[in-house]
Amino acid sequence: MGREMEVLVIGGGSTGCGIARDLSMRGVDVTLVERGNLTHGTTGRMHGLLHSGGRYAVSDQESAAECIAENRVLREIASHTVEMTGGLFVQKPGDPDEYFEEKLAGCRECGIPAEVLSGAEAREIEPYLARDVERAIRVPDGAIDPFRLCVANAADAEKHGARIETHAEVTDVLVEDGQVKGVEVRHASGPGKRTHRDPGTTERIEADHVVNATGAWAGQLGAMAGVEVEVRPSKGVMTVMNCRQVDTVVNRCRPKGDADIVVPHETACILGTTDEEVEDPDDYPEEQWEVDMMIDTLSELVPILSEARTLRSFWGVRPLYEPPDTGTTDPTDITRQFFLLDHADRDDLAGMTTIVGGKFTTYRLMAEQITDHVCGKLGVDAPCRTADEPLPGSNDFSVLRDYMEEFGLRSPIGRRSTERLGSKADRVLKTDDPNPVVCTCEAVTRAELEDAIDDAGTDLNATRIRTRASMGNCQGGFCAHRMASLLHPDHDEATTRAALDDLYAERWKGQRHALWGEQLSQAMLNHALHATTMNRDHDPAAREETIEYDRFDAGPSTSAADAATDGEGVNRGD
Amino acid sequence: MAIEDDVCVIGGGLAGMTSALRAAREGARVRLVSHKKSTLRHASGLVDVLGYTPDGELVAEPFGALAALPAGHPYERVGVDAVRDGLGLFDEVVGDAYYGDHTDANALVPTHGGTVKPTARYPESAAAGLASDPRETLLVGFETLTAFDAPLAADHLDAAGVPAATRGVTVPFPGAFRADSRVTRFAHALDRDEAIETNAGTTGARRALATAVDPHLDGAERVGFPAVLGDDESSDVRAALETRLGVDVFEVPMGPPSLPGLRLERLFTAALDDAGVRRTTGNPVVDFEADGERIQAVYVDRNGQRAPFHADEFVLATGGLVGKGIDSDRDGVIEPIFDCHVPHPDDRYEWFVDEAFGDHPFARFGVDVDAELRPLDADGGIEYANLRAAGGVLGGADFAAEKSGSGISLATGYAAGRAAGEAV
Repeated sequence: MGREMEVLVIGGGSTGCGIARDLSMRGVDVTLVERGNLTHGTTGRMHGLLHSGGRYAVSDQESAAECIAENRVLREIASHTVEMTGGLFVQKPGDPDEYFEEKLAGCRECGIPAEVLSGAEAREIEPYLARDVERAIRVPDGAIDPFRLCVANAADAEKHGARIETHAEVTDVLVEDGQVKGVEVRHASGPGKRTHRDPGTTERIEADHVVNATGAWAGQLGAMAGVEVEVRPSKGVMTVMNCRQVDTVVNRCRPKGDADIVVPHETACILGTTDEEVEDPDDYPEEQWEVDMMIDTLSELVPILSEARTLRSFWGVRPLYEPPDTGTTDPTDITRQFFLLDHADRDDLAGMTTIVGGKFTTYRLMAEQITDHVCGKLGVDAPCRTADEPLPGSNDFSVLRDYMEEFGLRSPIGRRSTERLGSKADRVLKTDDPNPVVCTCEAVTRAELEDAIDDAGTDLNATRIRTRASMGNCQGGFCAHRMASLLHPDHDEATTRAALDDLYAERWKGQRHALWGEQLSQAMLNHALHATTMNRDHDPAAREETIEYDRFDAGPSTSAADAATDGEGVNRGD
Repeated sequence: MAIEDDVCVIGGGLAGMTSALRAAREGARVRLVSHKKSTLRHASGLVDVLGYTPDGELVAEPFGALAALPAGHPYERVGVDAVRDGLGLFDEVVGDAYYGDHTDANALVPTHGGTVKPTARYPESAAAGLASDPRETLLVGFETLTAFDAPLAADHLDAAGVPAATRGVTVPFPGAFRADSRVTRFAHALDRDEAIETNAGTTGARRALATAVDPHLDGAERVGFPAVLGDDESSDVRAALETRLGVDVFEVPMGPPSLPGLRLERLFTAALDDAGVRRTTGNPVVDFEADGERIQAVYVDRNGQRAPFHADEFVLATGGLVGKGIDSDRDGVIEPIFDCHVPHPDDRYEWFVDEAFGDHPFARFGVDVDAELRPLDADGGIEYANLRAAGGVLGGADFAAEKSGSGISLATGYAAGRAAGEAV
């Protein structure tokens, strides 16, 4: 059964969720479909930098100016997802002076507050900076949690009436008489919150307009509609360290290069990145040398990184786009601007718009412009309010109380829960039930997890990104099973077990790129706890053959009784 | 005055303690040097010998399956007799505190994850819970103890086809404990039978716990709790609960901090003291001195001061990757004290496989040894004539997948300790 909708947004990343929020706030009926969980694509695989614009102040000033403007907006509307760490562009011996001066001038031209520090002053801010750092430019870079930001956008869109459908993969774009009429999606397990093991269903969703916000996958989606979108997916690696070696974003001040940024993020630091074009955004090599290069090159800026513990590495794909015939060969030369492709104008295919390119920091601005465009098509005349209205969780964040006493939580746990939850803390943490810590690495309590499960269903990876549970040193070894048990008894044992297996596999995947030293030791401990103590690797409930229990010891008293019945003495030679 | 012993054992886990005990039986003057708390606190307290073959077949009778293990496996190196001898020593040390010596068959013990696990010896506290025992079972979890969800574990055991009808219930642990109290806090409350305020007035923690569980019994013939039933007084705690509930009570082994693991460690520590083994704990061995092919001494770091420990024979029982007896960096895998050769692929991306529970090469990392348990260098020669290795530091076995960790520690600890003791 089709359902009459006005706009369908494809893609549950920052851009898609931002568009859904904007459209719904303007009174448009919206459905968003995403093939995985929210942030499944590029948004969930970035280093969490809230750009000041300094990075683009030389090469791409238009982007730089957009960044600083949106940086200021996000600090206001999404305060509970932002940490204003500040950032440094540091110059090492051999990094060109001219570029340093160009960067400084560029920042000022773009309205980015920029201040020159001596090497000594920079080391006063970041004691672990290399001794030979000569000077630095301080800019208002920050760290932002892309998961919470994206989820907050989706939640607010839902509050304004949008339908957000995750684990719903578009299998076809419906084209009739030269016009896009909607899409067909396959639900991983039926509509609504994800439930494992249910048979999949398909659904036809009709719309007056379809927005292709699938980023690096825009070309594939375009192909389903019969149009060509020349997106150029470019992969980048990020390596997660187990603690904050720096509390400020540290960038290398040189024209361009791989491995030139360290972003502090909650309890961790993220090293990034590379920029390498790939054919298929779903299938590209994840290679050892990329991880080694992150550590070796960034150790030149922050030497202790060479001895530090890494937790995992992950790769993301950028949705780079360049208009046809530009002929750029190096992906680092491709603009970070975004492009709105009106397929009616471009391809004679009405009813669909594609958005490609752009940056996470400017997701809201992109959403605003696309929404303006779509509203123009639909004849909706309503102003954009997304720059002014705080996202859920960021209302009155300044008046939060100390939750330590209120909820009987120890200080660091109360503080961290409150920081994550923002103004939602009151509602989430006020529970009459005991609220023990489930993930000790990241200080996540049961109430916070249960709130996330209410939202995410049985997809524990979706719960993970909402809470950070299982993202610390142990990478789920000590807590994945505790998280899974919260699904029971609302969900049956088999579903719970499948959810645990999914989460554990996902946590394992990224750790593979960090398996030496402390993290290899941790991996062996996790292996021992899950395989030895819990015997999850030979789980009899998951194996085909049934166990013949009577071949095993049933205890000394029972076996003595058996022996007596059988008339056979127990002769052990003693 | 110089520290001079016949045998110096490095490492305080099950393998090291077994080596030291066995060497002392030869009349040797034995010293055991250990650094951090042993990984027994991580372990379940179950003593596995072999639960699965390398092909993943469930093993009902481990001794029959040992002969089929491949060359290089620690059991193949020491032989089946050493496994029996090691278990025999274990049985003597633990006495009535462990069961399983009445049969050669493995027992299947319920795990806190709701599966069953094959093991050769199990603590007395776990004995009433065996999965092959068909008596109706109630599992009890505590609201704030997130590592054990009793209703889920019961459903999981049911899915595993256990013969016993099994139910689970979650109750508050009686008394006003913090929501994030650790298992040791519950154990100590039961050890001391602390006074607890309940609706019915002040009562002891043991009685209060039984009172909380009693309404849920409903015909169950045995009751399983997470392994928090006392630390020093665990037998008394269990006996008190059994008396009040009128049914058998057992513990389900848990992860760290594992009380059954800690209780086992105490039994062995007492045996070491009885055997006159000198124990030096809390400082790492950081270096050694060798004269040609023999080790003369190891150096212990005490706040920057290096203290030599001389001996005729040395046993390396420092554990594997978890215990840091095997260490690694991006370039390779090492044994950090003597730099014994650790076979491993050069490319660290060949240290693992892609599936979380796949056949990981890293799980087998450790030193290779000859039949006398002497570590071998890259060319197959003996590293040092008077150095033997035992337990997790040995390579060639994925103890987690095989469920063979304790058995390997006991068998190789026994063999290394005997050989070292005989050599002096």
